[in-house]
Amino acid sequence: MNLADHLPVLQVILPLLSAPFCILMRGHMLAWAVAVVASAAAFAVSLQTFGIVADGTTLTYAVGNWQAPYGIALEVDAFSAIMTLIISGASLVALLAGLGSARQQLPEEKQPLFFSAWLLALAGLLGISVAADAFNIFVFMEISSLASYVIIAAGPHRKALGAVFKYLAMGTIGATFYLIGVGLIYMMTGTLNLDDIALRIADVADKRPVLVAAGFITIGLALKAAVFPLHVWMPGAYNYAPHIVSTFLAACATKVSLYVLFRFDFLVFQANLSEHGYHFSHFLMPLALIAVVFGAIVATMAKDLKRLLAWSSVSQIGYIVVGACFTTEAGLASAIMHMFNHALAKGGGFLIAMGAALYYTTTRFSNLAGLGKEHPWLAAAFVVIGCSLIGVPGTAGFISKWMLINAALEQGATGVLIIAVIVFSSLLAVVYVWKVVELFYFAERPEGGSSGVMEVRKPEMVLFTAMVALVVAANIWFGIMPGEPMALAMQAAALLTGGAQ
Amino acid sequence: MAWVDYFHYWVFAILLMIGFFGVIAKRNLVKKLVGLSIFQSAVFLLYITMGKVEGGTAPIYGITDNTVFSNPLPQVLILTAIVVGISTTALGLSIVVRIKEAYGSIEEDVIHEKDRVE
Repeated sequence: MNLADHLPVLQVILPLLSAPFCILMRGHMLAWAVAVVASAAAFAVSLQTFGIVADGTTLTYAVGNWQAPYGIALEVDAFSAIMTLIISGASLVALLAGLGSARQQLPEEKQPLFFSAWLLALAGLLGISVAADAFNIFVFMEISSLASYVIIAAGPHRKALGAVFKYLAMGTIGATFYLIGVGLIYMMTGTLNLDDIALRIADVADKRPVLVAAGFITIGLALKAAVFPLHVWMPGAYNYAPHIVSTFLAACATKVSLYVLFRFDFLVFQANLSEHGYHFSHFLMPLALIAVVFGAIVATMAKDLKRLLAWSSVSQIGYIVVGACFTTEAGLASAIMHMFNHALAKGGGFLIAMGAALYYTTTRFSNLAGLGKEHPWLAAAFVVIGCSLIGVPGTAGFISKWMLINAALEQGATGVLIIAVIVFSSLLAVVYVWKVVELFYFAERPEGGSSGVMEVRKPEMVLFTAMVALVVAANIWFGIMPGEPMALAMQAAALLTGGAQ
Repeated sequence: MAWVDYFHYWVFAILLMIGFFGVIAKRNLVKKLVGLSIFQSAVFLLYITMGKVEGGTAPIYGITDNTVFSNPLPQVLILTAIVVGISTTALGLSIVVRIKEAYGSIEEDVIHEKDRVE
């Protein structure tokens, strides 16, 4: 066995083992450096696995050489590869860009602990993406959630604590619902390995415990994924978290829950339960459509850049769920593509918010007025990211919206109605993005608005600028050349719907 | 008497709902956490119940060919879930401590009022 065979497990244990190492570091620079190195290693591993699974192979790994279905199996296919790329990429970019922001917002002696919790969150999220075992997914989900509560609670404002408490209560309920569902499935099938469940559930399909399990799992994961109306924890948590954390988690945390939801639902339930696809889409589609419009409306009324971005996430998660609710290959491909593109756009959006806070301490609109006059490049970056959020051609957001509309067209008359909702919500997105652009370029700087700002060191600024440039470039690059993520998304969609036939 | 046969499952459902009610309806943060704890414990009961075999013993000591033992796997799973539950409660309580430090109260109404005034 060479090192390449261990890639799936390396993905998880590199950040996991670096976490305790991180606590031992003295001073924030060293701890930060450990976190960066671990994230970079995880990113390198996911790039490597991406190269292997790009041609359609599935990497499997038996932990401790105990073979599945008895041992713990890890599995990396096209869908997992996309997720690991998003997660480790988001972590790396957020860490590199956030050095200055972390120094600004977190007390220095707490930083080693903060970064080690960060690495645990990273390990948990990556673990969810590679796990092929329903119970392991639960454990990784709890590792990542507990660690995320810690890093969100590190936010400087006391409102962060209230937001975290709400997140903790709702997140635990979501995870426990998932656990109940897995328990019921274990009762009926006697196995926890996802592939094995998919095989064995056919014998007991449509029995009541299995149906109840499907309900519990869907609701539990929808809660974790902040699907409307279970999104109430999210805006607060993302708003009051330290900027560096918002950038990381907004790009990937909810999407990982959606990943589990889709994987479970399409591979296990839709493949075996009669009419489950119909139930799935008729339950989630109305919620997703409401989310798409409602999230965007609330975003237009926000008075804080981070709150605006968080509510826009509620709307964008709606798009992802709409795509999956078509239960067609095209729909699912658009959903997975939108996960990738939205991670780019929303991660970028929170990066801009981080930058704005570096200059002006808060992200409240009254404080950000006229930012474009003093920092034109930051405002220009926001224009590109905003276009990607709206879905303007030439940016990444356009590609997935285009795929979504194409998938909707396959649905006939209802599809047209859905397209109308999507277009309406995109117009609302124009409104909320324009609101910020107007504020940046056409409003006057408030008197003394820049006072009390901490000085940012040169290397921190260079790193931050480089990362913003990178994300902006990625938003444009993947808007013009979407080839690689698109191929992977298509493959993942084929894999998931392949089970449904 | 079908419901007697499902006694454990009834207890599971009732405990689950008591806990759920606590999380949603109570305004005191510590009481909310107590509810959350009960909510999680109910699930432990569900798992332990499903692994129980009548007359079964623990698969540890004195096993002969015709020993009946309970399914150990759900018990192992729930051991993990208990650890998760404890960590969640501990983390939740530590957040409550910090909320108390920051707001001087653990009543949700008071906290909301202070946030609103600000």
